[in-house]
Amino acid sequence: MKFLICMHVNPAVLDALTDEEKTALGAGHGAFIEALKESGELIVTQALADPSQAVVVSVRNGQPAVTDGPFLESKEYLGGFYLIDCEDKERAIELAAQIPDTAIAGLGIEVRQVMFSDGPLDT
Amino acid sequence: MTTTAVEDLLRELAPQVLGGLVRRHGQFEGCEDAVQEAVLAAAVQWPAEGVPDSPRGWLMTVASRRLIDQLRSDHARRERESATAAEPPPDDVPGTDDTLVLLFLCCHPTLTPASATALTLRAVGGLTTAEIARAFLVPEATMAARISRAKQRIKAAGSTFSLPADAERAERLRVVLHVLYLIFNEGYTASSGRDLDRPDLAREAIRLTRMVRAQLPDDAEVTGLLALMLLTHARREARTTPAGELVPLDEQDRGRWDRALIDEGTELAKASLAGPALGPYQLQAAIAATHADAATAEETNWRQVHAAYLILERIAPNPMVTLNRAVALAEAEGPQAGLALLATLDGDERMAGHHRLLSVRAHLLEKAGDAAAAYEHYRRAAKSTASLAEQRYLESRARRVRP
Repeated sequence: MKFLICMHVNPAVLDALTDEEKTALGAGHGAFIEALKESGELIVTQALADPSQAVVVSVRNGQPAVTDGPFLESKEYLGGFYLIDCEDKERAIELAAQIPDTAIAGLGIEVRQVMFSDGPLDT
Repeated sequence: MTTTAVEDLLRELAPQVLGGLVRRHGQFEGCEDAVQEAVLAAAVQWPAEGVPDSPRGWLMTVASRRLIDQLRSDHARRERESATAAEPPPDDVPGTDDTLVLLFLCCHPTLTPASATALTLRAVGGLTTAEIARAFLVPEATMAARISRAKQRIKAAGSTFSLPADAERAERLRVVLHVLYLIFNEGYTASSGRDLDRPDLAREAIRLTRMVRAQLPDDAEVTGLLALMLLTHARREARTTPAGELVPLDEQDRGRWDRALIDEGTELAKASLAGPALGPYQLQAAIAATHADAATAEETNWRQVHAAYLILERIAPNPMVTLNRAVALAEAEGPQAGLALLATLDGDERMAGHHRLLSVRAHLLEKAGDAAAAYEHYRRAAKSTASLAEQRYLESRARRVRP
């Protein structure tokens, strides 16, 4: 079963972390990625650039309109994700709980099951 | 020989060669890699240059050489290398027993079902890692890691290459059958049409189960599982529309069911029921045979289906079985009886919010004439499923009963 583990981050919370905390967070993700690769459960993980760089695209009367993003006004934004393939939902939750963000208030880890896939997977 | 014929031959021989190699040298992990390499070499050479006189001997020799190369390149294993290299090349011995041993090894209880499934397809099914990855829609590197981890676990468990002792054999066989069932199910539920290059896992599972049955012809559950697969596979053409929409059993064009598979499956189902004890696969095969026996949905012997589910519920209690029994009961005695049985599942945590419970209840409410409640339940069921085909089907049912 495939799941998308979404990392919702509050940039203000991230900024307020000490250097040690930031290093520990990065190291935690590094270890998590290695473990997932080894167990054969990782498909891909990606981190996104700052939400201040987002743009929102819409097309009205056939004309594209591009405005500064992000789309939703919020304290938290999608900061990155893990796409995994694992045994079941329980395992996905067990894995999500290993992500260091879960121990920091203001950072949210959300688990969503994938319903449709297409495209080359060996990227 | 055509490429397909060569592939079929390789799939048949791969587990026998691997079995022979492991029996001789131990180290399942290294042998498995060596056989995979030999099979890949044969897949390239044989269609072009012809199949050698003794294909198994050829594979055995090439795989042995690869294994020795592996050992030679590993300095820490110098000691063992000299012992291995000194041995004459293994004989071309019949290895059918080895295939069964191999299957027990790949379906080791310490592995998760997903790992055992992948390893079985590679080591016993003779599929390449790339093919298995395509079948499960994951990158090849992900699948390679999973298979490698599975082999390490088997090594760590200290398994030997032999059939499990009598005391644990029944339990271990149950794991093997479960893995074969999962492979079949994966193939059965895979979306049709779009993924033409995906290996047909349903057929692969049937092939492997036939192989097990050839070794254990008197095991009623093995026979029952094969019967269940054949009877289910017989409906494959009728269960989806050309556009990939699901067609429920009662609306399928039974003329498109595969009669040859039904006949074979029905015979096997009957044979398996003749034994002294009943197991879950035999009962599920009996249910599938009852459906196959009805020329139209209306002629289905629902009392017989219900009776089989009752026994199944007793020997293997599971809320999914109760759910299916409720469908049969509703057909036999009316929707209210089915709904009353469903109510007993409401407290079951395993079923809370499960789309199958919601969709069966919707179906029975529709039969009972409560369109508003049926609509509500179809909609909730559609939201709860993670299968796109099922979601489309449930949404179409909802539209049909919309008050």
